[in-house]
Amino acid sequence: MPHLSIALAPVDYLILAVYFVFVLGIGWALRRYMKTSSDFFLSGRAIPAWICGLAFISANLGAQEVIGMAASGAKYGIMTSHFYWVGAIPAMVFVGIFMMPFYYGSKARSVPEYLKLRFDEKTRAFNAISFAVMTVFSSGISMHALARLLEQILGFPYDLCIAVSALIVLAYIFLGGLTSAIYNEVLQFFMIVFGFVPLVWLGLESVGGWDALVAKLNTVAASPANPAGKVFAEGAWTQSWAHMTSPDANPMGVEWFGMVMGLGFVLSFGYWCTDFLVVQRAMAADSMSAARRTPLIAAVPKMLFPALVILPGMIAIAMHHELGDFLPKDENGATDFNMTVPVMLARFCPSGLLGVGITALMASFMSGMAGNVTAFNTVWTYDLYQSYIRPGQPDRHYLRMGHIITVVGILISVACAYVAREFNNIMDMLQLVFGFVNAPLFATFLLGMFWRRATGHGAFFGLLAGTGAAALHHGLTLPAGATVGVKGGWLVGGHVLHTYPVDMAQNFWAAIFAWTGCFVVTIAVSLATRRNKTDDELRGLVYSLTPRVKEHGVAWYLQPALLGTVVLAAAVVLNLIFW
Amino acid sequence: MQLDVRLPMGMMFVIIGVILSLYGLITWSDAEMYQRSLGYNVNLWWGLFLAAFGAAMLLLARRAAIRTKRDAPSPQSP
Repeated sequence: MPHLSIALAPVDYLILAVYFVFVLGIGWALRRYMKTSSDFFLSGRAIPAWICGLAFISANLGAQEVIGMAASGAKYGIMTSHFYWVGAIPAMVFVGIFMMPFYYGSKARSVPEYLKLRFDEKTRAFNAISFAVMTVFSSGISMHALARLLEQILGFPYDLCIAVSALIVLAYIFLGGLTSAIYNEVLQFFMIVFGFVPLVWLGLESVGGWDALVAKLNTVAASPANPAGKVFAEGAWTQSWAHMTSPDANPMGVEWFGMVMGLGFVLSFGYWCTDFLVVQRAMAADSMSAARRTPLIAAVPKMLFPALVILPGMIAIAMHHELGDFLPKDENGATDFNMTVPVMLARFCPSGLLGVGITALMASFMSGMAGNVTAFNTVWTYDLYQSYIRPGQPDRHYLRMGHIITVVGILISVACAYVAREFNNIMDMLQLVFGFVNAPLFATFLLGMFWRRATGHGAFFGLLAGTGAAALHHGLTLPAGATVGVKGGWLVGGHVLHTYPVDMAQNFWAAIFAWTGCFVVTIAVSLATRRNKTDDELRGLVYSLTPRVKEHGVAWYLQPALLGTVVLAAAVVLNLIFW
Repeated sequence: MQLDVRLPMGMMFVIIGVILSLYGLITWSDAEMYQRSLGYNVNLWWGLFLAAFGAAMLLLARRAAIRTKRDAPSPQSP
């Protein structure tokens, strides 16, 4: 039952076709450079910083981002920008300035391999396996989301969408490896920006500019018919910090401490600093200095994205409130916020520009998929296959394995997409479990990089304890109004210890518990066990044992420390402007 | 460097930009269609912008290629 249908004109199909020709053409043009496994998995470490930086942000700019952030923009207003200005920028600056010297300098080929060099095999295996499974599922979920969206709004057959998107991503990664993924991510980055800028501009123009939008959103906040169903003070949709003293005072239902610690510290640093999906882009850079600049360059567009992805949601909710039926309803009769972007495209884009917008939307799904596939094939080949299954083969063997596992990985993703379509609960549960595994990771890396006394046993049992703490917290608490099960409370059958106002608050606090559990147990076990690495072995892996990076021959305005400071200062200014 | 990404990117945006602006010219008088975009012929203007962006990318790629050629010593020099 399509509740929104967009008709594409021939010119829209033409634009889409041109885009796909270039996506595939890039893979084709790069195929002759793929001579060694290092070319295929690491881009031969030969990519300039600005390209890595745009790929870094594009790999993160998956489907969930564009569709989900616009939906959040409608539901929660400008507070959604906390996911950028608090939940991304500080961590991106940190990974660039403090962590990249170890990732890039250690010559590790992946994040799990760093864990092996720093700690031991079991810590690496734990991280590699959970990461490999997670990426393949994420890629499947992206594919499913794309196919379902195209089915809903354009009436394309689901199976065809899956087949086409899988084949295109397969073709360009198979041919050109990580370089092809990175180049296409740069293309996708500009496609997304250029597809959304006119949309935002037309949207703002039609509501009468920013001041008029603020006035309209104030009436949304004051109306019990708003998405939260509760009356808030003026500015609840247009001020990011002013209403965060209590979870009842803002539509997101979180307070500042849980947000800053849970999102800003644990979740954000855990993602940006340890997720190989993004770190791989920086590791492909052509020099240490370029690798360190990669996340800092990426932080600049990241900081400005709220204007591109959150603002359309805010415009949409203002129009929805005025017109009553601007956003469609889902099958349960609730407002379907995930349709925010498609509805805006349909409303403001005539044929032609619509083609650019739809292409941008597809590009965002594919960049997320391809990012997961390249991270998956590298971790599989280097960290699992070469380490535990067939070590000591000539390089040609691993290059071939890279090609094979790219095909296999995409086939598993396709299977996951169909599982997601049939059994939504399984996917919710899997994402929950991955959340438990990921939440504590940053504690392990922090202690690993800055405390040489941390041991292999400490890291491994710390990770287990953190994962356990997240699961335990989840089993004992529940968001308000939710039923016992995937949402929580399963340990105590509903007699929960604490009820959170919304599930986001529960997520933030789960992360805080996971991180603390991992941090404390890693320290305790490390102190109780003997060191398994000597100072000599830890050179280049731990802060106190590594000579500071000297940036030779780099212009003063390209120094990472300066760039990082400028980026942080700009983020603070943005927070103050929209306080 | 193996392949300058600005080359394919520039070509793509020039082509898309030209398609879009031509379409904008053809549909110039279709006031009904452009009601959606508040009366602006967004296809023409945005198409021109995309083409200009693409051309700038091509120019940068060309400049970089010339510089690499000049800096690299020719292989048959004594």
